[in-house]
Amino acid sequence: MRRIYYRIDQIAGSVIILQAENVAYGELARVTSTRGTSLAQVIKLEGGRVSLQVFAGSRGVATDAKVQFLGRPMQTAYSEFLLGRVFTGTGLPRDNGPEITETAIPIGGPSVNPMKRIIPKKMIRTGVPMIDVFNTLVESQKIPIFSVPGEPYNQLMARIALQAEVDVIILGGMGLKHDDYLFFRDRLEEAGAMSRSIFYVHTAADPTVECLLVPDLSLAVAERFALDGKRVLTLLTDMANFADALKEISITMEQIPSYRGYPGDLYSQLAARYEKAVDFEGAGSITVLSVTSMPGDDVTHPIPDNTGYITEGQFYLRNGRIEPFGSLSRLKQKVNEQTRSDHRTIMNTMIQLYASARESREKQDMGFELSAWDNKLLRYGDLFEERMMDLEVNIPLEQALDRGWSILAECFEQKEVGLPSDLVRDYWPGGEDRSQTSEVRGQ
Amino acid sequence: MAENIGRIVGVNGNLLTVEFSKPVFQNETAFALSNDLRLKSEVVRIRGDYAELQVFEDTRGLKIGDRLEFSQELLAAELGPGLLAQVYDGLQNPLSDLAEAHGFFLKRGVYFQTLDREAVWKFTPQAREGDTLSSGETLGTVPEGLFSHRIMVPFGLKGRYTVSWIADAGEYTVEQPIARIKKDKENERDVSMLQHWPVKIPIQDYSERLRPNQPLNTKIRIIDTFFPIAKGGTYCIPGPFGAGKTVIQQLTSRHADVDVVVVAACGERAGEVVETIREFPELKDPKTGRSLMERTIIICNTSSMPVAAREASVYTAVTVSEYYRQMGLNVLLLADSTSRWAQALREVSGRLEEIPGEEAFPAYLESVIAAFYERAGQVRLKDGHFGSVTIGGTVSPAGGNFEEPVTQSTLKVVGAFHGLSRDRSDARRYPAIEPLESWSTYPGLVEREQLKAAQSIIRQGSEIAQMMKVIGEEGTTLEDFVLYLKAEFLDRVYLQQDAFDPVDGATAAKRQTHVFDRLLFILNKALHFETKDEARAFFHKLTQAAVDWNRTSMDRDEFKEQEQALIELADEVADYA
Ligand SMILES: Nc1ncnc2c1ncn2[C@@H]1O[C@H](COP(=O)(O)OP(=O)(O)O)[C@@H](O)[C@H]1O
Ligand SMILES: [Mg+2]
Repeated sequence: MRRIYYRIDQIAGSVIILQAENVAYGELARVTSTRGTSLAQVIKLEGGRVSLQVFAGSRGVATDAKVQFLGRPMQTAYSEFLLGRVFTGTGLPRDNGPEITETAIPIGGPSVNPMKRIIPKKMIRTGVPMIDVFNTLVESQKIPIFSVPGEPYNQLMARIALQAEVDVIILGGMGLKHDDYLFFRDRLEEAGAMSRSIFYVHTAADPTVECLLVPDLSLAVAERFALDGKRVLTLLTDMANFADALKEISITMEQIPSYRGYPGDLYSQLAARYEKAVDFEGAGSITVLSVTSMPGDDVTHPIPDNTGYITEGQFYLRNGRIEPFGSLSRLKQKVNEQTRSDHRTIMNTMIQLYASARESREKQDMGFELSAWDNKLLRYGDLFEERMMDLEVNIPLEQALDRGWSILAECFEQKEVGLPSDLVRDYWPGGEDRSQTSEVRGQ
Repeated sequence: MAENIGRIVGVNGNLLTVEFSKPVFQNETAFALSNDLRLKSEVVRIRGDYAELQVFEDTRGLKIGDRLEFSQELLAAELGPGLLAQVYDGLQNPLSDLAEAHGFFLKRGVYFQTLDREAVWKFTPQAREGDTLSSGETLGTVPEGLFSHRIMVPFGLKGRYTVSWIADAGEYTVEQPIARIKKDKENERDVSMLQHWPVKIPIQDYSERLRPNQPLNTKIRIIDTFFPIAKGGTYCIPGPFGAGKTVIQQLTSRHADVDVVVVAACGERAGEVVETIREFPELKDPKTGRSLMERTIIICNTSSMPVAAREASVYTAVTVSEYYRQMGLNVLLLADSTSRWAQALREVSGRLEEIPGEEAFPAYLESVIAAFYERAGQVRLKDGHFGSVTIGGTVSPAGGNFEEPVTQSTLKVVGAFHGLSRDRSDARRYPAIEPLESWSTYPGLVEREQLKAAQSIIRQGSEIAQMMKVIGEEGTTLEDFVLYLKAEFLDRVYLQQDAFDPVDGATAAKRQTHVFDRLLFILNKALHFETKDEARAFFHKLTQAAVDWNRTSMDRDEFKEQEQALIELADEVADYA
């Protein structure tokens, strides 16, 4: 058995320091004090001095607390019985169910060999036209929702999770408001999806260090399900809380911040989590949809900035809508060629026209003269927002594309929109006779 | 060789403190030993009896008292035939071998041989017994894919050596001796096809370094025509996320007119390098008719791979580039992103508790970046042939703000700057290189005067656009408005390029000079319009026609026809008064 220690030399922030022997870097310890028991992890070895980060924080830890080294790094359970259950940031039951101790798996494991990755190729349908048409979500993608606080990002996330055809949903909540946790639970239960979901929830009231474990637990379990052939959707909300927890801890540990108080390794820390998104050749996949709340709607803030450099695009939620500008799915071109022949063209044309519509709106606001063309664009802009951008709209991709054509036809003449003639023949509402067109296209 | 073993006395992240007794040198490599682990590391600082080392792997499980074996060698790259078409990690581990042995995941502490020891290469001697040669001169060659791979007198040897024996033509493995060379009694040695070279030291076994004066065409118009790069030159691509840095590098890795491309995927998304790994074997290089992979070497240390190995990955990549340059080849090294390497330096520096500079980057950041880009160059080899290493690095500035240490340090040393702007990428004006801010010091494809004329159109057009935002279209003169439309036209049909169109996506030099000349010819015409609407309608038509022209292959008859149609279109409104 491992040795047990009863003498702590230093306590600061969430870190305690003691003299101990034969301790491994990254090893786990159990710290028992009058206020209860917490796990702790070795974060520094200096001669005989061992620094431990206490997951529950150091509040109430006494100098004579019991420290027992466990001889293993942090692990979590992997089992079918996780489904339908809710756990804390350290993997303990948060619901009334039993503790699960089956198959302990390591967390924060090594990354996938790039040789074993495949190019993603399957679209995930969400029923949100601003995603399906304009920034298609792809299986194994890692993509955040960028949003100022107060936007309905958790609602959007829940909705995408419910519409997506996946086998397992894993929710990692960081600094989640209790109400939001209940919202997710109720929403998934109503939709009958709870039985294929697992929650790891750290709430705003829980210790900071536990917040850092949530993505690792969620993704370690996701990885095992994916290796077992399951398509897993991992929801991480809110990654800004994760980043702020990193900041808080690095500052209490007196590390030199790099930029606006955040640690220099923020990028690597975020990347280590997001890069777990993968499509395994011959097995399942992990798709990561996260929320990154943006302080002050500032994309250059270190959290969204570092995130944007890592993820495969972002959905930019603003004023209750997904903004077409600023939103990007970097993987969309992998799938939108196979969906329908007009998909790419509709996507490009409608966005360009919407950009022009916004310019016309600016002109209007500035009180400049408006041309006939400006007026058409203004009308188009309104219809686009009402029938495409509104988050209430919930229709399949094909219907959304058809709707795109009908908006165009309502606002413009065929020749004004500069679309390829074969597509106009096929799709323009009330256009030419279809049998004739398919003959032409069949050549 | 006596073993040198130290003892671990501290572990802080991937930084070890090790007590040692026998001599140790700065940047010496070592292996941390613990249970069955053997983790590669490098000395980064020595203080008294303690050495500090960065470990290239996750350090979980290491304990105080664990042994550390110093290797008495610097971190070195393995060089020899067989590097082409391979995918390595930052320490030159072949990732396919790792995948075969360990499946889906990377495994720390597992190091495979870089070059296949069993493969045989068909050696043809070139030097004869009795010849005297110096380092870097050719002993013989083996065919490697498209090239004749030179087997050379090992780099860095001082003085002249006499060939005392050379192997007959035949098949040999990389480890078998193919020659024996002798300087004097003490200095006689066997030479095989394989050599090791410390990655942080440039290979300088050539006779002279020259100014880069040959354009390196990328088939990206805004680069080749406006902000050209040169063989042996350097350039950087800073830009906020999503502006298109990686897409430009991917396009360049496909289309650049060089012999060998070394891709250093440094600390960015794994998915992006996977595209190259999976697609290149299927893509044909139009110049050679062979798969693109045959001219490519990938060194990848993506963002979730060990941070400490990022630095090693860029140095390994540049060393491998220099090696192929020694064969008289033009090599292009593409590093995406150099900021990730700078961040890795910052992490180590922070753990060493060095006094931080701006944004906590170490004070030596600037000199490290400068020394790295200095390794580019065009050289005349000892046999009179030329070879070059061109380095293009992306920079990922925090918040997209170029006033930050990595961008600024890089701008001081490179020969061309392709700055990407969020405004242009948001407006889907790809490639989003900002034409008013970017620059190049290298000679380009087109005449200076022509280029100046085009740049002046773009500058004036942008000024008018700014004005128009304030005073509206109605406050703008017809003349200014037409100038604005001309600039927009040039932007749309020449600066912008559709990466996904097979023809427009890659414009060869010949086509660029031709098209550029024709477009300027049109733009130089005085065009006459009665109203702004009329002007707008005309440019709309002209743009449409030019975009179609861009999508038509130059070998087809339609190319000439569409060109003619464009000119005629312009003539209709040309003012000959
Ligand atoms: N030349 C281009 N043509 C078309 N789309 C582009 C081009 N460059 C970039 N894009 C779009 O922008 C996205 C981001 O580009 P990327 O090169 O990955 O940005 P960065 O490396 O600067 O973060 C791509 O996924 C693609 O959708
Ligand atoms: Mg990139």
